[in-house]
Amino acid sequence: MLDLMTANAAAAKAAMLARVEVIAAYPITPQTSISEKLAEMCANNELRAKYIKVESEHSAMAALIGASFIGARTFTATSSQGLALMHEMLFWAAGARRPIVMPVVSRALGPPWNIWTDHMDVMGERDTGWLQFFCENNQETLDMILMAYRIAEDRDIMLPAMVIEDGFILSHTFEKVDVPAIEEVDFYLHPFNPDVKVNLNKPRRYGSLVMPDWAMEFRYNNALAMERAKKKVVEAGTAFKKAFGRDYGGLLEEYRCEDAEVALVIVGSAAGTAKVSADRMRERGKKVGVLKLRAFRPFPSDELLAVGKRVGTIGVFDRSYTYGQGGAIFGEVRNALFPLAGQVRTKGYIGGLGGRDVTENDFEKIFEDLLAISSGGKAGKEIEWVALKDGSLRW
Amino acid sequence: MPKFTLPKEEYISKGHSGCAGCGATLLARHVLKGLGPRTIINAPACCWSVVQGVWPRAALKVPVIDHAFECTGAVSSGIRAALDIKGIEDVTVVGFAGDGGTVDIGLQALSGAIDRRTDFIYVMYDNEAYMNTGIQRSGCTPLYAWTNTTPGGSSCACNESPKKRIMEMLIENGISYGATVSIAYPEDIVAKVKKAKNIRGTKFIHALSSCPPGWKISPAKSVEVARLATQTGVFPLYEYEDGAFAMSKDIKSRPVEDYLMVQGRYKHLTKEMIAEIQRAVDAGYEALKAKCGKGAGSAV
Repeated sequence: MLDLMTANAAAAKAAMLARVEVIAAYPITPQTSISEKLAEMCANNELRAKYIKVESEHSAMAALIGASFIGARTFTATSSQGLALMHEMLFWAAGARRPIVMPVVSRALGPPWNIWTDHMDVMGERDTGWLQFFCENNQETLDMILMAYRIAEDRDIMLPAMVIEDGFILSHTFEKVDVPAIEEVDFYLHPFNPDVKVNLNKPRRYGSLVMPDWAMEFRYNNALAMERAKKKVVEAGTAFKKAFGRDYGGLLEEYRCEDAEVALVIVGSAAGTAKVSADRMRERGKKVGVLKLRAFRPFPSDELLAVGKRVGTIGVFDRSYTYGQGGAIFGEVRNALFPLAGQVRTKGYIGGLGGRDVTENDFEKIFEDLLAISSGGKAGKEIEWVALKDGSLRW
Repeated sequence: MPKFTLPKEEYISKGHSGCAGCGATLLARHVLKGLGPRTIINAPACCWSVVQGVWPRAALKVPVIDHAFECTGAVSSGIRAALDIKGIEDVTVVGFAGDGGTVDIGLQALSGAIDRRTDFIYVMYDNEAYMNTGIQRSGCTPLYAWTNTTPGGSSCACNESPKKRIMEMLIENGISYGATVSIAYPEDIVAKVKKAKNIRGTKFIHALSSCPPGWKISPAKSVEVARLATQTGVFPLYEYEDGAFAMSKDIKSRPVEDYLMVQGRYKHLTKEMIAEIQRAVDAGYEALKAKCGKGAGSAV
């Protein structure tokens, strides 16, 4: 059914469609309306779930780890400082192999205080062992949450998943969303039935003390699960297309990249803006494309390498900054393309921090810059900060 | 024929990793004797992370969910919520945490669980310091006790702050049942956890658990020293329910010196310090007795 809703409403709707059983949430802007909407659904029996009003995000994640061990499907949502407060328990959820699904409404971390979007919060958690999926729009937010449960709860995976929607740009903006019927979702997403859960007749200890002689094997198993997730993301997408007709292209969506001379790697809502810019450039005969990274964890290195063999200049737009290597995505893309060092030129662009608007014109400038590099021009700085208020800087 | 005063069932295996004379290990043994096999324990970072043994072995015969230091209250709420939504009603959820994990770093999550009236039993085994990390002061460390972070010196006399009054805080917070227990009185432990199991809401058990390495006592004296804590009135055994207090064992009959001076952690005490502790214990005991007498009866 077509409806008009924000990404936060879509996320709450997805939780309802997934028939989540235990919710634990704590308010933080711009996530709050997800937890409010779910409270309303529980209060009206639209959703049969236990809603734990926790006293912090740390406790939200802790409560869900406990609930997941009993075998309940679990849900929370957070942003920014809340995600940072959860940090310790993010490691715990992944290490304990609890497939909790959590929308993260991305937001800058203070100081300076800032409630608007950037990806510093989620990039700070990239090594916690969570699956991380970025969404371009409200429809993808709803759809990705359903896919995330299917991927995360797969017995070959059993890892928690973040579904990232950009604060305000998606979370508070109304868009047309096709909401599937819950019966159709039931067909796509089966009830959570983990093989590892508390069994009173076969008592075990979960989260034991492990000595150095076995600790590495536990971590290695997490690494293997993350690798296996690559295939599962594609499979979940294919099944989703079959069930609901919408296709997102697996780990990495290629947009007009077939014959592209340059391509820009990007995540989240800005991918839509970049696509519009690419269309405009194409109208002017410029061969540019967009590589929308849907999964950051697992990271699609092979897919990027395949593109690198066709596209000689690849830029990366990051809504975060990693001290020492530029954007978080840039570092990883360059790493993935290392086998093609010398053949593929790369450049990182930092922009949209703290909710700074990123426009079609910005992306056109980026594409022009990449085209100039492609045709033999100098790359200039390896990392460029886009649209800074300083005349001496390039943009 | 001896008369058995405790359930015969054992839910803790031989071969656990507890220290010789570990009070917290004795406590868990008797708590589980009282609660039985339909129990799920969750435990934060604490001595019990180690006492249970090293993977793949586990000493307890009930399921245990380990978790981070500060989240016993929250994990307990999560377990209970999941059991509720699954329609499982006959399982007792127990948070089993040390004193630091309760009155310091875990206080927020515990308070939240009480706010939500989460139906579970919180057992705080109080060995009066961070023992698992090697004897550092916690909010439960008593006045003038030695620890590695309250070593005493030319400018100060070991721990200069009194023990946190956690039971009073949690009663104000809204627990439905509270009780102090001691490893020296196992029948009392069993009776109180059995009672707690059948009360709805958050139940708080404050258990004095002697720690031979931390208290600097012989492992052989572990139970004896714990008993002295009650006999001197340092750790009185009582219950709280529905606004009323009841004394479980009104047996204060010895000076605090008898309890303090058998422990290496107090060997530096001066006569003045002992007198100060005696005055505080006397006042606390009288205040408790004044609150007791009418209201809830004793479990034992």
